[in-house]
This record gives sequence, C-alpha cells and structure tokens, in this order.
Amino acid sequence: MKYIDEYRDGRLAKDIALQITAAANPAHSYHFMEFCGGHTHAISRYGLEDLLPSNVRMIHGPGCPVCVLPIGRIDAAIALAMRPEITLCTYGDLMRVPGSNGSSLLKAKAAGGDIRMVYSTLDALRIAEAEPDREVVFFAIGFETTTPPTALALRFAIDKGLRNFSIFCNHVLTPAAIQNILESPDVRKLGTVKIDGFIGPAHVSTVIGTEPYEFFAEEFQKPVVVAGFEPLDVIQAILMLVRQVNDGRHEVENQYIRAVTAFGNEKAQAEVANFFELRESFEWRGLGEVPYGALRLRPQYAIYDAEKRFGMVTPAAKDNPACECGAILRGVKKPADCKLFGTVCTPDTPMGSCMVSSEGACAAHWTYGRFREHAKAREAGRAVA
Amino acid sequence: MCLAIPVQVKEVLPDNMAKVTLDGVSKVISTALVDDVKPGDYVVLHVGYALAKIDPEETERTLALIREAALGDAA
Ligand code: SF4
Repeated sequence: MKYIDEYRDGRLAKDIALQITAAANPAHSYHFMEFCGGHTHAISRYGLEDLLPSNVRMIHGPGCPVCVLPIGRIDAAIALAMRPEITLCTYGDLMRVPGSNGSSLLKAKAAGGDIRMVYSTLDALRIAEAEPDREVVFFAIGFETTTPPTALALRFAIDKGLRNFSIFCNHVLTPAAIQNILESPDVRKLGTVKIDGFIGPAHVSTVIGTEPYEFFAEEFQKPVVVAGFEPLDVIQAILMLVRQVNDGRHEVENQYIRAVTAFGNEKAQAEVANFFELRESFEWRGLGEVPYGALRLRPQYAIYDAEKRFGMVTPAAKDNPACECGAILRGVKKPADCKLFGTVCTPDTPMGSCMVSSEGACAAHWTYGRFREHAKAREAGRAVA
Repeated sequence: MCLAIPVQVKEVLPDNMAKVTLDGVSKVISTALVDDVKPGDYVVLHVGYALAKIDPEETERTLALIREAALGDAA
C-alpha cells in the first residue's frame, strides 16, 4: 500500500541499524522510551530490537489508552450498560478489558447488556438517530487522536437535535503522562529507569503538532523525536535520538514530517477546546492520579455528559495485585518479569490491560517477542556448545 | 487504538464526507477535520475521520533522508 510499504524495507532498516551501531558510543548506554503503543507494536512486530546494538535499549511506555484506563471506569460502564434503557456504544478494543472480578463488557453483553461495538462515533450517532427510544451512550476513550472525532459527534448531535445521545468521557492527554513518568511520587516507589530520550507519538502529533513537546524537552532536558509508526520511521528516529544524545542536544525533532506540522491540526484542536476542558486529576491505570491528564465535557454541555446525566459513579477498584502493568507502563519491568505472563494472563484471558490491546506491551511481547527470545536463547546455547 | 492508516480519497461527497479506498475496499469517511480535500489526496484515517493530509513532497524527502541515513556518513 502506498505510504506504507516504502517504510517497511527490511534491508534499509538493517543498514540504518548499522549506522546506529556506528554512532552509538560503546562506552555509553542509551535508553529510549517509545511513548505510543503503535511504536511498541512496530518494534515487536518487526523485531527492531534485534537490529539494535546491545547498548541501545527501547523501553515501552504507557501510550495505549486502553491500557491506562482504570478498572473502575470499566466497572462504571458495565453498570451503566446493564440499565434497561441504555445502549452503550464502544470501540472494539474495549470489549475485553478486564474489570473487577473477571468482568468485561463482552461478558456484560452476553449477560444481556445492550452493548454495541462501533468503528466510529458516526456509527454511534446513526444508532441514536435510528432508535430514538434508546439512550445511546458513547464510551469515549483515547488520546488526542480520538478526541476530535468525539467532539465532532457532539457537534453533529447538537446540529441534528439528538436528545438521546451522550458521552462517557475518558479522553486522556499525552504530554501530561510523559511528564508524570519523569516526576510523579510513584517514580520514587517503583524506582526509575534511565531515559535518555523519547520517541514522540505519531498520530497524536498530527493533531497537537510537535510544539507541545518543546517545553518538555527544555524542562527535562530530554530529546524528543516525533516518529511515524512504520519500522523505518522508528529506526530512523532512534538514529536521530542517538545523534542528539551524542551531541548533548535536547531538541524536538520531527521525523514524521509527511503528516505532522509544528502546530498540528488547528481545526481539530478548536473543536476539542469548544467541547472539553481539563480534569484537575484523573486516574491512569498503572500511573495513578495524573494531574491535568484527562478531559471532561464543559459544563454547558452537561446534558451530553453521561456521567452527569445518569449519575454515574466510578467505584474504587483494585487491580490484580500480581499484575505488573504499573511497573511495565513505566518501563521499570518487562512483560516477562510478571509472574502471570503467559500462564494465567494471555490475550485470550487478559488479567491486566497491557495484555488486551495489541499495542499493549504484554500483548506485543506475547505475540511477537517471546518466540524471538526463545530463538535467541537457542542460538546462544548453540554458540556455547 | 491510535493506529491510523493512509488512504486515498476517491471522491468528495457532500457534508464533508469522502469516499476512500483501502486495499481496494471503499469506505465513506468524514473529512470535517481537514480543509480542502481533493480526489487523489492521501489522508491519515482514524476511527472514521481524516486527521491530516499526507504531504507527498515531505514523503519523498523523508524517504530520501532514510536512504541517505542508511548510507552513513554521507548523511
Ligand atoms: S502479563 Fe498480564 S498480569 Fe502481568 S503485567 Fe502483563 S497484563 Fe498484567
């Protein structure tokens, strides 16, 4: 496919990896966090880690909105969906996210909840229009990429005079989370990993642009390279980061210049600003309370806010204590460090959210990483023998 | 969740909608978030909405940079 295949040329990727090896100072180690699940997925799927020299390590960050949704929000959505008048519309990724006591939206649907998977907010609007007797609630989740489509759905609902449509808003913000990884109190508890730079989000940045990372690069003196999701994009970004570290620079660079500009999609930002405002604090699964890390509907749109309209409560809910998602989302541990990985917890029976979405670190490692590790261990065994 | 894909606009429809093709399958998407979408343009498609246009010149430039980077010091 055009604009995809060109960025998957394995030979070029290997050549760039050789340049990374040549550029990386053998006396140093380089730790880069890719924030986005899309990058995590690409790194696992194309085996990019195997191409990198051993002193350049990738740390998988928290950048999958499904993975960071706290369990209490899933429980609240399930409780809402079980009300007879409600039709809950949701993106497919959310269906299997584990709530409390092994519950999920999928199970709630089987138990009679009217829960419908949609591809787009436009589908949810269509359902609301076609079934005026139902209360249609859209379970809105996602980073800055998915927020503008939610905002537009609200605009359309208002324009069409739809009275039976509302939003359960769980939109979260990327820059706040990156900041939290570097300076929250949990960092002290879980310990920190060394991070020398970040690969910045691809599609989030089409909306917000590269400018929001400037403050961050300056404040924390960490380089940020915004990169596309194809393997050549990622590997080029790693080379750019190595060069910045070598030069002692901490700048925001844009590798994904074909779709991302400095100021992003201002039309989309204006739609979002019209309907949403910051929440002072919002819990992220694995990261705890993140100040100003999420959005809610502005008070003047309260009637479209499912939380207010239906008096929703978010119960306090605890994750499975053995689940290491919190440490994994911060890059402190790897999926294989979790006792439940691959035994109790698999993509078919996820215990933690990192195993649910294919962009989660545990699921990516399950699907692509573990075979590679076996193969590597076998190779090593052979070399020794 | 934040995965999005480049698709080509085949036809511009009323109300800021457009017909696109994706591996030969056609789909109707909203282009309300981007300006001046024309047939032939490539856009980044995410959950039914075009989020950005793909700049063909910058695409060429990125590929050229990647090829240069692969050659080493010439870059
Ligand atoms: S393997 Fe499962 S239980 Fe362990 S950290 Fe990952 S998602 Fe959580």
